[in-house]
Amino acid sequence: MSQSKKAGILHDHNHDGIDRRGFLKCMAWAGTGALCVVQGGVLKSYSLSRANEWNAAKMAGELSFAQISDSHMGFNKAANPDVAATLKAAVDKINALSVPPEFLLHTGDISHLARPEEFDTVDQILQGAVAKDVFFVPGEHDVIGDEGKQYRDRYGKGTQGEGWYSFEKKGVHFIGLVNVVNLKAGGLGNLGGEQLEWLEADVKQLKASTPIVVFAHIPLWSVYPEWGWGTDDSAQALSYLKKFGSVSVLNGHIHQIMQKVEGNVTFHTAASTAFPQPQPGKADSPGPMKVPAEQLRSVLGITDVNFVRGQHALAIVDSQLG
Amino acid sequence: MRGKFARIVLASVAVALLAMFAAVGDVGGAAVQEKAATNAEVKIDNFSFGPTALTVPVGTTVTWTNRDDIPHTVVSTDGVFKSKALDTDDKFSFVFSKPGTYPYFCSIHPKMTGQVIVQ
Repeated sequence: MSQSKKAGILHDHNHDGIDRRGFLKCMAWAGTGALCVVQGGVLKSYSLSRANEWNAAKMAGELSFAQISDSHMGFNKAANPDVAATLKAAVDKINALSVPPEFLLHTGDISHLARPEEFDTVDQILQGAVAKDVFFVPGEHDVIGDEGKQYRDRYGKGTQGEGWYSFEKKGVHFIGLVNVVNLKAGGLGNLGGEQLEWLEADVKQLKASTPIVVFAHIPLWSVYPEWGWGTDDSAQALSYLKKFGSVSVLNGHIHQIMQKVEGNVTFHTAASTAFPQPQPGKADSPGPMKVPAEQLRSVLGITDVNFVRGQHALAIVDSQLG
Repeated sequence: MRGKFARIVLASVAVALLAMFAAVGDVGGAAVQEKAATNAEVKIDNFSFGPTALTVPVGTTVTWTNRDDIPHTVVSTDGVFKSKALDTDDKFSFVFSKPGTYPYFCSIHPKMTGQVIVQ
């Protein structure tokens, strides 16, 4: 079964010249984060690993922010014995940008085991960021043992329910969703009825021209359900966003960069600042991918820049095709 | 040559002895089986529980060991037992004192499911 899925992953649907090899190159571990620029209401995402090749003038927009993800503070296995150093490297790269982002988004798995000292270390490193505001959503590792109580005590002030919230920045409406609590046996990520109701009400009064950015830890699109890379009730959530002309969905969890365009919605997943995970179905499990120590930093420069332009999907992962 | 012959003879004797012990074991079958079954193990490898379905007699202590580089949990679907986060090589044990089927999963990676059948 996974064999046919594998074959179905890569298709040059848009005839944009992104073949299998190009796609695989896109998916190499970036290990850092992404700069997101909202230009004319449309979000574009640039991998920080290619920051030295950017054309800053072309990238100017009305709003820019950086996304980091999956710092897994506390992880110390072979795939990366020093996750604090690589998170700090990501922050340094963000600080070095010629146009500094206005704030940071962390799309979850801040910690590895939800231990207080792990959160403390991340907070300390992020204090070194020039951008002072950091917006979080929890990953499944951040809610281990207490369904997210500690996470909400630390990061959830002013949020609703399990920690979901929305805010405005320069006319862009940001929505942080929680899809890692109350997970059901055999299931995927889960938003739940209460959060879905809140979301419907949250966007109801907004004009259709308002750019929307949704961020959550587990992908809100079906990347690879066999490995739990999807959210059971994400279709319901996305149905509330149909009227909007520009919707961008930012996720983490899968420790690799992927993008997909579906109608008015662009989906992005960010690399981890801690360790890479294998491509969907390319290993026995989604466990950490071990890269030789001397290569761990050097792979930071491999990833291709992923631009999202109009209707072109640069990289398509569609497990329905299998 | 003589050495080789001797080894063959020895091997034959060993096989015969083993067969005898096996037969003796059969005679005392119930007692031996019960003793051996008081402990059972489930290994967590590559985001899966092995064996996925484990059948044990009443009173068995089942111990789960996480051998992945990623933490997992062992959580009964019906709220009967619940481990803390098991980091690499951490263990969790539970004594099954009543017969029944106990489905469980990893609350961090809910695609991981298993069951213990207690008879």
